[in-house]
Amino acid sequence: MSGSVIIFWAFAGLAIGSAVFCITRRSPVASALWLVVTLFSLAALFVVLDAQFIAVLQVLVYAGAIMVLFLFVIMLLNLGRQAATDIKGPLGLAVGVALAGVLGFQLGVLRVAGPPAAILLPPDAMARAAAEQGMVGSVARPLFDAYLVPFEITSVLLLAAIVGAVVLAKRRL
Amino acid sequence: MNLDLSSYADLMTALAPELVLTAAGLGVLLLVAWRHRTVADLRAAGAATLAGLGAAAVTTWWLWWNGAHAVGIPAMIAADDFRFVSDWLLLGTAALTVLVSFHYLEREHLLAPEYYVLVLFATLGMMLMAGGEDLIVVFLGLELMSVCVYVLAGINRHSAPAAEAALKYFLLGAFASGFLLYGIALVYGATATTNLTLIGVQIRTLSLQSNAMLLIGLGLLLVGFGFKVAAVPFHMWAPDVYDGSPTPVTGYMATAVKAAAFAALFRVLGEAFGSVPAWQHVVWWLAIATMVGGNLIALAQRTVKRMLAYSSIAHAGYLLVAVATGTSLGAAAFLFYLVAYTLMTLAAFALHVLIDDLAGLAQQRPWLAFALAICMLSLLGFPVTAGFIGKWYILVAATAAHEPALATVLVLTSVVSAGYYLPVIMAMYMKPEPFAQAHVGMQLGRLGGAVVALSVAGLLFFGVRPNRLLDLARTSAAALMPPPAAAPGVAAPGPTIPGH
Repeated sequence: MSGSVIIFWAFAGLAIGSAVFCITRRSPVASALWLVVTLFSLAALFVVLDAQFIAVLQVLVYAGAIMVLFLFVIMLLNLGRQAATDIKGPLGLAVGVALAGVLGFQLGVLRVAGPPAAILLPPDAMARAAAEQGMVGSVARPLFDAYLVPFEITSVLLLAAIVGAVVLAKRRL
Repeated sequence: MNLDLSSYADLMTALAPELVLTAAGLGVLLLVAWRHRTVADLRAAGAATLAGLGAAAVTTWWLWWNGAHAVGIPAMIAADDFRFVSDWLLLGTAALTVLVSFHYLEREHLLAPEYYVLVLFATLGMMLMAGGEDLIVVFLGLELMSVCVYVLAGINRHSAPAAEAALKYFLLGAFASGFLLYGIALVYGATATTNLTLIGVQIRTLSLQSNAMLLIGLGLLLVGFGFKVAAVPFHMWAPDVYDGSPTPVTGYMATAVKAAAFAALFRVLGEAFGSVPAWQHVVWWLAIATMVGGNLIALAQRTVKRMLAYSSIAHAGYLLVAVATGTSLGAAAFLFYLVAYTLMTLAAFALHVLIDDLAGLAQQRPWLAFALAICMLSLLGFPVTAGFIGKWYILVAATAAHEPALATVLVLTSVVSAGYYLPVIMAMYMKPEPFAQAHVGMQLGRLGGAVVALSVAGLLFFGVRPNRLLDLARTSAAALMPPPAAAPGVAAPGPTIPGH
């Protein structure tokens, strides 16, 4: 077992474990902090995949800015105390376990089937692309070229979300 | 006009309707930022919205008139007749919704002109869904539409049912988006592309028809779309959300949101998964369950708004029959029925805005009663209305595709639906007024009256002379699914009306 595989499994386990803690903790602050751990582990997984730029963005944007915003909102709304659990009785728990079972079965099937061999990239494809276009260039070029239209739609989507939030939350319209 | 979408200028030309609509949305947003205090400002914003929708429709017409179609490598956005016809339908629905909203917003004291901005952006999202040639564009369009409609559902902040509806819609919508996104990720994993045409090419060249990753992804995509079109068993949110939302928004959700989701579903299944037979079985069962479930539960409803909600679920079942056929005939029937369904449902919800009690309506307000009766008959599929021609055409498509079970269930459930459409007419025409002057003081407003008159006239016109609309539906369906070679023994589709 090579080093990167060990690192992958370690961080994958950390990501899943902290995600479980994030949804089972009763205090919103604790949940948010566990989410930070999940996002950091994902950043580490991106590094293993030779996507260092995405990893840096993941830390800066998600684990950094967005999580600060989360914590800020939780503190601002004074939600820091223990809340009642969201799992409603044995039936809710059973449904949750059943759904998790379905998803787990699906993952098992996917692990056996896997993507077709014809479309798999060679193992060093990412490193080569990074060497040719630079770490940032291999992300930025498609973003403003092939994916220009979705990129622009995202800007309208964010604007619409802001307008909607203001409409719903403003004290006096 | 050949558009090479890899060149920047041609891409902008192909996206012109969306660009015009975005500009209109930004313009109205600026307008309401300065002027948002009085009723006059609300009207000005509404008028500006109508102008923007009209400009986008004219731009779409210009592209259609010049025969715009994409050449070269597949891009992010499609340029074909199916997209243009869907765009017209979505823009028209938005315009009718805006016209109904003028009076409603004033009556309910909802002085929030941002309402119109959200309608514009939601329509933009719908157009991107119907025209998206890439799963990313379809997903972003869906999110843009959904975010706006969540807010529209809860725009009346003084109403507890509206808040409940908005929150329920938001949570289940986010759930559905999760399914859709997971499905897209798995399809990408199996084909290494998100472009619909290229997915189709990859499936055929690598023969992935029974690849587990692709099939699970397809299943999750169908679940996500099933939530958006409110197909049984993914319909649980619809009645409560339709019931709690402001009525013009309910009409918009039941028509435009559904139409956009169906158009995107049709494009995704037709272009990307045309060679995968598995989805037809799934859609077959969805169609049966939706027709039976929607119609039977509608029988038990006690209020008109909830009845209309279940009726819209049942009609999603009829549309799914057209999808399940997977032929160009089915696509044409689907487009025609979508237009008819939009007209009758919008008119029914517009009338519902002001009618509290149906009993004895015909004596006091004969024209209102007549309009609502036409809507109900058309929803039922009565001859002389567009609803009949639409259902008939779906039946033709289903039998031509050798799906007798679907056709049978469609006819039987339509008969069942008489059990909840006809009591509405009976209440209006045969019951006495609950008390004297019960129906005095109802004001639809001139614009609302125009919407209802236009829709009812459209229903009757397309019910008698459907030919032009059918031709348009057929040519635009051919853009998506090539028409089959004429099979022997299958009669020429469509009713032949003498004198055309």
